[in-house]
Amino acid sequence: MLRTNLTHILSEQEHAKLLQENENVMVCCGRMGPMCIPVYEVMEELENEYPHVKFADMEFDIPDARVIRDLPECRNFAGLPFVVYYKNGKVVKATSSIQSRDQITSILDQYFGQEVKETATK
Amino acid sequence: MNHYDAIIIGAGAAGLTAGIYLSRAKVKTLILNEGTVGGQMVLTHEIANYPGIESISGYELARNMKLQAQKFGAVIKSNIKITSFDLKSNPKRFIVNGKDEYTSDVVIITTGGRSRTLGVPGENEFKGKGISYCATCDGDFFQDKEIIVVGGGNSALEEAVSLTKYASKVTIVHQFDHFQAFEHYVNEAKNNPKIDFIMESKIVEFIGDEKLRKVKIQNQRNGEVLEKDIDGVFIFIGYVPNTEMFEDVLELNQFKEIVVDKNMATNIEGVYAAGDSIAKRYRQVTTAVGEGTVAALSAAEYLNKFEKAEQVAEESVV
Repeated sequence: MLRTNLTHILSEQEHAKLLQENENVMVCCGRMGPMCIPVYEVMEELENEYPHVKFADMEFDIPDARVIRDLPECRNFAGLPFVVYYKNGKVVKATSSIQSRDQITSILDQYFGQEVKETATK
Repeated sequence: MNHYDAIIIGAGAAGLTAGIYLSRAKVKTLILNEGTVGGQMVLTHEIANYPGIESISGYELARNMKLQAQKFGAVIKSNIKITSFDLKSNPKRFIVNGKDEYTSDVVIITTGGRSRTLGVPGENEFKGKGISYCATCDGDFFQDKEIIVVGGGNSALEEAVSLTKYASKVTIVHQFDHFQAFEHYVNEAKNNPKIDFIMESKIVEFIGDEKLRKVKIQNQRNGEVLEKDIDGVFIFIGYVPNTEMFEDVLELNQFKEIVVDKNMATNIEGVYAAGDSIAKRYRQVTTAVGEGTVAALSAAEYLNKFEKAEQVAEESVV
């Protein structure tokens, strides 16, 4: 089990349910390693700032993590963690290796930020 | 405005140690950290020479230090951006994320360092797609594949040997004709049948499509360029200090490291520095912890003098 405060995805079924129930999802698939920990930490901090996004992690070495590992968008990845951003169940962006807070927020703003503004004007 | 007795910039081994000492001494302490708590410590898979602990992961040690500092009362704000600051004012002043202001009577700088990159075409593009800076993280992606390790220090040779667990062949590319690593690391690498060497050479370009396919390696003596098919490249060429923001403020040496005295004092009164951002020879968790201790004790002594000086000033007014 990953030692983070994020929602843990433990199976393919949980992964599917998460995508079904949430419009905007960010999943970090990794280990408790040097390149992954900074990403988890940023995600934990961003949970409050992006309430319209569901943040979750998944252990890279469990068999069910194939739902991330086998994505076409991750085919050429060779650096942990694999991070996948979903909108309405579809992959909109995937990154490999360590990412900074600025890099992550830039992706969140690009793919998920617009919806918040639209909601706010309603 | 939020005023603290002490502000520590950075939350690696030195910063967290200083935070533990100061907060335990009831000094109101804020740690501002631009990255992940733990710094370079978190990047270390196993720490085996920390006295009293036979073996511990860098992540665990960092986590323990963080919890210890917080338990004594230190406030830690991580993943922030210091957008402006004034170390010469009294109190010292910091603006975070362009809006939040924090002040303090004393400052300890422990901004550490970051992995040095080659800075050649293709390096950013293929990070995570063939280029890595962490053997323990990404080694298993290169099972039975051919890889290059760049560097000639302890980390490079140690990691090259460890990567032979996965790779079919490891080629060490090093810019000099000799290694800087300890002899036992050099011998271990030279005696490993899976390891080859390309000396006096540098990678000058990474080439690929959706992932890394080949590299261009230039011989430093004759300028000849060799093109080599490769699956992965691991880069271990040392660290650069995170001191850019202090360039026009603090005294730095030719390597951009902060110059300090034996008390970890910088050239500005009330500003101390410790850890990998200072000018020193040995960069270890244990040395950072020692320097963080000295910086904290010096800062506490300065605060005492500072308070006394204020009292004297108040008395003289009366």
